[in-house]
Amino acid sequence: MEVTINNIRKEFERFPALNDVSLKIASGELIALLGPSGSGKTTLLRLIAGLDFPTAGKIFFGDEDASNHSVQERNVGFVFQHYALFRHMTVAENIGFGLKVRPSSSRPPKSEIRRRVSDLLDMVQLGGLEKRYPNQLSGGQRQRVALARAMAIEPRILLLDEPFGALDAKVRKELRRWLREFHDRTGHTTVFVTHDQEEALELADRVVVMSQGKIEQVGSADDVYDRPGSPFVFSFIGESSHLPVEVKERTVLFQGQPIGISESVDGGGELFFRPEDVSLVDAPDALFGKVTACRRLAGTRIAEIDIANDGYAPYHVEVEVSLHAPVALGSVVRFRPTRWKVFTNN
Amino acid sequence: MTHNATASSAKWRLKQPSIIPGFGLTLGFSLAYLSLIILIPVAGLLWRTAELGWSGFFAVLTDRRTLDALYISFGTAFLAALVNVVFGTILAWVLTRYNFRGRRLIDAMVDLPFALPTAVAGIALASLYAPNGWIGSLFMPFRIAFTPLGIVIALIFIGLPFVVRTVQPIMEEIDREVEEAAATLGANRFQAISKVILPGLTPAILTGFALAFARGVGEYGSVIFIAGNIPYVSEIAPLLIVIRLEEFNYAGATAIATIMLLISFMMLLVINLIQAWSRRRYGNV
Repeated sequence: MEVTINNIRKEFERFPALNDVSLKIASGELIALLGPSGSGKTTLLRLIAGLDFPTAGKIFFGDEDASNHSVQERNVGFVFQHYALFRHMTVAENIGFGLKVRPSSSRPPKSEIRRRVSDLLDMVQLGGLEKRYPNQLSGGQRQRVALARAMAIEPRILLLDEPFGALDAKVRKELRRWLREFHDRTGHTTVFVTHDQEEALELADRVVVMSQGKIEQVGSADDVYDRPGSPFVFSFIGESSHLPVEVKERTVLFQGQPIGISESVDGGGELFFRPEDVSLVDAPDALFGKVTACRRLAGTRIAEIDIANDGYAPYHVEVEVSLHAPVALGSVVRFRPTRWKVFTNN
Repeated sequence: MTHNATASSAKWRLKQPSIIPGFGLTLGFSLAYLSLIILIPVAGLLWRTAELGWSGFFAVLTDRRTLDALYISFGTAFLAALVNVVFGTILAWVLTRYNFRGRRLIDAMVDLPFALPTAVAGIALASLYAPNGWIGSLFMPFRIAFTPLGIVIALIFIGLPFVVRTVQPIMEEIDREVEEAAATLGANRFQAISKVILPGLTPAILTGFALAFARGVGEYGSVIFIAGNIPYVSEIAPLLIVIRLEEFNYAGATAIATIMLLISFMMLLVINLIQAWSRRRYGNV
């Protein structure tokens, strides 16, 4: 099911949680809404589900205007952050609930419900646990019961709110891979909310980066990581450092001095670069600063460098250095970004 | 290894090892307190009843007046507790779910039956529901006060806060997400409440029922004003006990008390078992 979101605005007691948000989700896509807390990602998910209603704007499911449809009419599968399983029902009763509450005209017969529940249990690899109660399951199992329950109603779109938020790191990784396979097998249009960029980049076809009620950038993992569209995306996704610079005659100047890189648009702005896109150089036109710390990070080594700022607090940048040639603490290093972006102020 | 394990598990212990100190002191205090307040008086009750012997006890038990009084006491308490379960749950729902002007006032008023002298409540209810009272006159010739129905009304008043105060905190804890989950699965409002919310409240409602029922069985002060106290019709067992005491028939009084004690104990035990079962089943997720 294709979902189109047109100029959505949502206010909570006159505080705007979403401001003029538009998004087109293709059928069968796996989309991540990524952002810090308070960025409006969960609000957007709830608006798609029909758990909240927009102050202005429209939501289309295919060609059908669903803006005023109730959550029951929209037929969406929603997996809640804390699963919201019905604790007085067994696993099988939880999964069958959506079928059992249908009006008698469209309710499948009991034997059919039982068959569908057992199919779904097999699909989420929980066969044999139908008689258990939710409090007898582990976190990862509850998560999968919640997913099976949402899938039971044959939803037009699957929505997941922080699906792995409450799980420990190892289970989270396993379930992440499992969800990707699950999506590839069922082909449901799926939207999930996360604040974990690794999760979003690894799992999603497209990532929607949000901040302060607005969409900052929509794109594939490569797009948002390699070609960030805004200072927010650059600093939110992955590691990065930034310095105030000025571009004059296409040369980038830091503190009035050229640093050996160029940019196409003139004006004042902010230079962004990632630790791994830096090379140590031995040239006069380069950035330089004092190494204050050096730490091992998985397969790399990161040097923290303070750049003097004329009596003010120094600028702090991070640079990847060779594992085999560590830099000495307190020494001065000279370096240039090899890949960078200047966001000009105008 | 195995040898050690069996040896240590075979050794009987009064208490599991714990880092919280003061077990001896607090248990000793609790036992002394329980003995003074409950165990010794109950033992005295049984002792006094024993004076009657089996035949005397049996005579009191099978006395028509005793049986009717017990029937009225337990029957009215049961009905009142049932009514309170319905209205108490609705009241708790209103107080937890909606925010309206005067909510705090109503919330405070729920506790009034706890604080109000029961005799005051009895007199007020009796004058309201009497055949010439404000409410009672509306229902004439059907009489409310001075019939078992009047007793039920007094017991509803007395028992209401027990249900509200046990259901309310559990209701406040209900996760909004659970209701929303039911809605996303297609359940309408009625289905969400009847299939998802109410079953979750069952243990709390049962507790409220048990408390209101137990309180109703023992209630004396408010009932005697509204009951009419007609033997075989609207005479409650606690009143019959007082009457026996006034006749200096102490053994007869304690015999009725013992019977009440046994029935109440059995009923509360059953309710507790049901609660334990439902708690084990649903757990706390």
